[in-house]
Amino acid sequence: MPGPKAGGGGSGSKHGDEEALGKVYDWRLIRRLMTYLRPYRRLVVLSTLFLTLHSLIQVVGPYLIQVAVDRYLNPVAKTSLLDQFLSPERFAGLTQITLLYLAALLLSFALQYAQTYFMQYTGQKIMFDLRTQIFDHLQRLDLQYYDRTPVGRLVTRLTTDVDVLNELFTAGVVAIFGDLMSLSFIAVAMVSLSPPLTLATASIAPLVVGVTFLFRLAARDANRRIRVAIARINAYLQEHVSGMAVVQLFNHEAKSQAHFEQINADHRDAYKDAIRAHALFYPAIEWLGAMGLVVLLVYGGYRILGGGLTLGILVAFMQYSLRVFRPIQDLGEKYNILQSAMASAERIFKLLDTPVVIRGPERAVAPVEGSQEARIEFQNVWFAYQGEDWVLKDVSFTVGPGETIAVVGHTGAGKTTILSLLLRFYDATRGRILVGGVDVREYDPAELRSRFGVVLQDPFLFSGTIADNIRLGTSTILDEHIEEAAEQVNLAEFVASLPGGYDEPVRERGSSLSTGQKQLINFARALAHNPQFLILDEATSSVDTETEFRVREALSRMITGRTSIVVAHRLSTIQRADRILVMHKGQLRESGAHQQLLVQRGLYWKLYQLQYKDQEISGTSAAGTRPPTPVN
Amino acid sequence: MLRQLATLWPYLVRYRWRLVLGLAALVCKDLTAALAPLVIRRVIDALTAHLTIQQVWRFAFMLLGLALLRGFFQFWMRWILIGVSREIEFDLRNDLFAGLTRLSPKFYGAHRTGDIMARATNDLNAVRMMLGPGIMYWADTFFIFLAAIIAMGSIDGRLTFFVFLPVPAVSFTVGYFGRLIHDRFQRIQAMFSDISSRVQENLSGVRIVRAYAQEEAERKQFRELNDEYIHENLRLARLWGSFFPLLEVLIGLTFVIVLWLGGRQVLRGSISLGSFVMFLSYMGLLVWPMIALGWVVNLMQRGTASLERINELLHQEPDLNDRAAVPDAPREIRGEIEFRDVTVQYGSNGNQSHGAALAAVNLRIPAGQTVAIVGPTGSGKTTLVSLVARLRDPEQGAVLIDGRDARQFPLARLRGAIGLVPQETFLFSETIAENIAFGVGDASREVIRDAIREAADTAGIAPDIEEFPKQYDTLVGERGITLSGGQKQRTALARAVIRNPRILILDDALSSVDTVTEERILNRLSSLMRGRTTLLISHRVSTVRSADRIVVLAGGRVVEDGTHDQLLAGGGYYAALYRKQLLEEELEEA
Repeated sequence: MPGPKAGGGGSGSKHGDEEALGKVYDWRLIRRLMTYLRPYRRLVVLSTLFLTLHSLIQVVGPYLIQVAVDRYLNPVAKTSLLDQFLSPERFAGLTQITLLYLAALLLSFALQYAQTYFMQYTGQKIMFDLRTQIFDHLQRLDLQYYDRTPVGRLVTRLTTDVDVLNELFTAGVVAIFGDLMSLSFIAVAMVSLSPPLTLATASIAPLVVGVTFLFRLAARDANRRIRVAIARINAYLQEHVSGMAVVQLFNHEAKSQAHFEQINADHRDAYKDAIRAHALFYPAIEWLGAMGLVVLLVYGGYRILGGGLTLGILVAFMQYSLRVFRPIQDLGEKYNILQSAMASAERIFKLLDTPVVIRGPERAVAPVEGSQEARIEFQNVWFAYQGEDWVLKDVSFTVGPGETIAVVGHTGAGKTTILSLLLRFYDATRGRILVGGVDVREYDPAELRSRFGVVLQDPFLFSGTIADNIRLGTSTILDEHIEEAAEQVNLAEFVASLPGGYDEPVRERGSSLSTGQKQLINFARALAHNPQFLILDEATSSVDTETEFRVREALSRMITGRTSIVVAHRLSTIQRADRILVMHKGQLRESGAHQQLLVQRGLYWKLYQLQYKDQEISGTSAAGTRPPTPVN
Repeated sequence: MLRQLATLWPYLVRYRWRLVLGLAALVCKDLTAALAPLVIRRVIDALTAHLTIQQVWRFAFMLLGLALLRGFFQFWMRWILIGVSREIEFDLRNDLFAGLTRLSPKFYGAHRTGDIMARATNDLNAVRMMLGPGIMYWADTFFIFLAAIIAMGSIDGRLTFFVFLPVPAVSFTVGYFGRLIHDRFQRIQAMFSDISSRVQENLSGVRIVRAYAQEEAERKQFRELNDEYIHENLRLARLWGSFFPLLEVLIGLTFVIVLWLGGRQVLRGSISLGSFVMFLSYMGLLVWPMIALGWVVNLMQRGTASLERINELLHQEPDLNDRAAVPDAPREIRGEIEFRDVTVQYGSNGNQSHGAALAAVNLRIPAGQTVAIVGPTGSGKTTLVSLVARLRDPEQGAVLIDGRDARQFPLARLRGAIGLVPQETFLFSETIAENIAFGVGDASREVIRDAIREAADTAGIAPDIEEFPKQYDTLVGERGITLSGGQKQRTALARAVIRNPRILILDDALSSVDTVTEERILNRLSSLMRGRTTLLISHRVSTVRSADRIVVLAGGRVVEDGTHDQLLAGGGYYAALYRKQLLEEELEEA
């Protein structure tokens, strides 16, 4: 969050303000990015040093060739710096220079390798830190944030956006620095050999820049169209592969084909424009290279004839001029990397700056005193996700230690919300929720939640083994605890029938398991964590009779002697509860025991007729096959 | 491998003249490129001896002229050869799509969308790379080497031999490292998607993670994955880090050889200084082709592997076809439907579970009747109606339309007589008008505009559409408006109605529309569908009660069949359903 910006003096148009903002913000981004480099500053310095040395060595090759030509191959009087070290004998001297050349080559190899590796290492470490930081933050962010942000977008922050930043560190910044170094060293070498010839070569440089710029301009439009076309091809394919049955049902094949060919043609034509740009650019650059060579030869030729220049220098320049153009072209390319990296950085920082609302109190850290009593209290609780759309209205109730409460009601009555508030996934808008006589907001959220065993409506499984899914990451749960819990919830027999037993992997989040089996695994998970309280949101989907029987039995065993709140869909669960809370449109409308409520002939009676009565007669149902699925 | 490549032959033949022209440009480009060092040689030699100004200028113009010619040919080479590869990509992709439109739901059940997409995009691109840059650089390398070897060999054969010694090493290095880098890169990609799905899972299961206070354990696990990922990345970095410097050394080695051996030749006087510089110039010219040689080998390997995957798709035989169609099948379809001993197995539709979806179903529906089909989830209702439109064929028995096996009609004619509104509404990201006119023709024509309005009216979606700013030209989907479930269903209904079908099938198609609106729509439909066959799947008693006939399916069999009153009296599934829904209505009013 950028927050209120500086310079709000009052004057200046809105537009001007926004432009100023952008700059400040970018600068902030860069400064903030730099802080990630800090732990690795030694490596960065080392890497920069190697890069500098490597750029320096680039200059050596042509210089050596100049010496070889001027001293031995076509001797002239003029001496070079190296003269005093080199043998006066021509063959020996040539060998010396060759060896020097070879040494420079090997040194260059070592430097470049070390530099690349150090820089990559730094980049990867930074990515590691950044990813860890984002992931940690995601583990703390409120559920409300998750409600309004698609999971896919968060995954992108953590993966693609971070990788783009990696580009910035390893390719962008370093390469720009390296290019600039190479350019300046070559310039220094050229000037020291022959300032006029340097000028002659430099005269081509603006043309190279100009041509490169023109090419980028031409290619930019084509590249944009290519991106659009690829996105459209993907979208069209995706849509038509998914909806091919509709295409065929409505005899639309030929028309879809024609439409696809149109998109496909746009793709091809955009590419052809890009090809044309490339096909013009490469020859143009090479032609400029030839121009440079001709300028060198003509001007150098004049000078050599006048005796002002040696042949060796001319040959050296021919080699240098080739090496000047590449960095100039590269520099433009890096601009794009910088741009997209800034955008990614902005998105990442925005996520990191999203404040966490639900967290523990500042001071009380240790388990709250007197909280051991297993009592739950809702005191005039109101809740709305947004504004005044109340999901819960003035709900109050108490669950005594060891008591089991069944919450019933129609879809949207607010049953699940009660559980979410109790676990502090959200904070109540008004009113208080007490656990063990202490407001839930005074607990550390993790501490609070670890007292609860929770089974959610959708039996969620992670990839991993069955044991992993029961244990989760709680290392204090031993194998025997897992087996015990599985035994308790009637899961053990099923697990024993699997080839891998508890180590049998759960494939694709449990697609190989039936709904009932997934429920039982979730039950075992809750039990294995040996909770003080039990929270159960019964699944609505029906399971086959045998599993149903197992689930029922497991449930009754779990709730015995534990303070439990169950959002119930099963008659058996409701009948076993000490008390039933009837929710309707966010309000607690009726409360009491099963028979008591039935006698009232109120809401509960109707619900009973609708949802639960059939469960009594199931098995003797007139349809004969199996209990009909509840109709929503 | 050759058999796989054979697929490409017709496409290459189609562009043969352009290919020949492009290759000719390539040869000319290589020739002009190879001439330049010869000129440089003469310049240097002239400089060491005596030289006149006129000579300098003449050489300068020669070099510029050669460069100009070279650029000219280079342009045409690139433009033609790379262009042709894009043309072939275009053709191949069209043919792939055409193939896809012929494949049945069975195929789509067995193949993931992502996989099909990958073949039509990534794999196709790999093939394109093989055909474009692959062919071009291969030929380029071949000719430029040929020219350089001839020119250099004519000056000094022995020196040429030694200079070319490192060349195989360069190509081998590029090929070897290229493959290694590619493999490692793939591994990193795989790990990347591991991380993605791990994060995805953590975020989707955020409630469980929080409820069990597993944040710390999740962090630890993520850290481990993250650690492995950067570890793998660093292995790639080491490879990259050594690859380019190694390449530089190997190429530098050729210069070292020229410097040392060539220098000695100059000292001995057996070659001129100009020839020495010429050798240096040639080596400069050959740097890129040396690298390209190794690269091209990899392009070819990846290209053929991808082509194999594309061929699998291209050679797929459609299993629902017109092979059994008879020429004398009637042009018009009346709309009588009969299921005769129809059995359909699960599993053949990409479904995992086994057993019969429909077991020996016998049912005759006279033309013009409105039949409601009810039954619990998984009782075979959708399977039953999808047989009518031949979205699949029964394993045993037959579906008869107007007394003939449905397979005797050409697919297009059969489906043309049917308007089916599927359970899962699927609209395309086009305008509402185009979506409604999907099965009839160009939505911009005036006649069709009227029909669209009429159909929208019948389906009860017209008032909604007229509220949108752009009305019928409103885009549907991500780039446009998000329709509610009920609006989508009504649009899909309009899409079926506008075809004026002999057989209308609604597969639980108004489940998201409230009961009052639904009743109004059904009333309008019943007058429109007078004399036409209507199949109506629904869970709602209010929807089905007025049908001519109600069929109850359970476990793939017909268990009840009769009118509303008859079934109520029967006291079976339908009667129970009726009672429950009455209660539900009461509760809603509470």
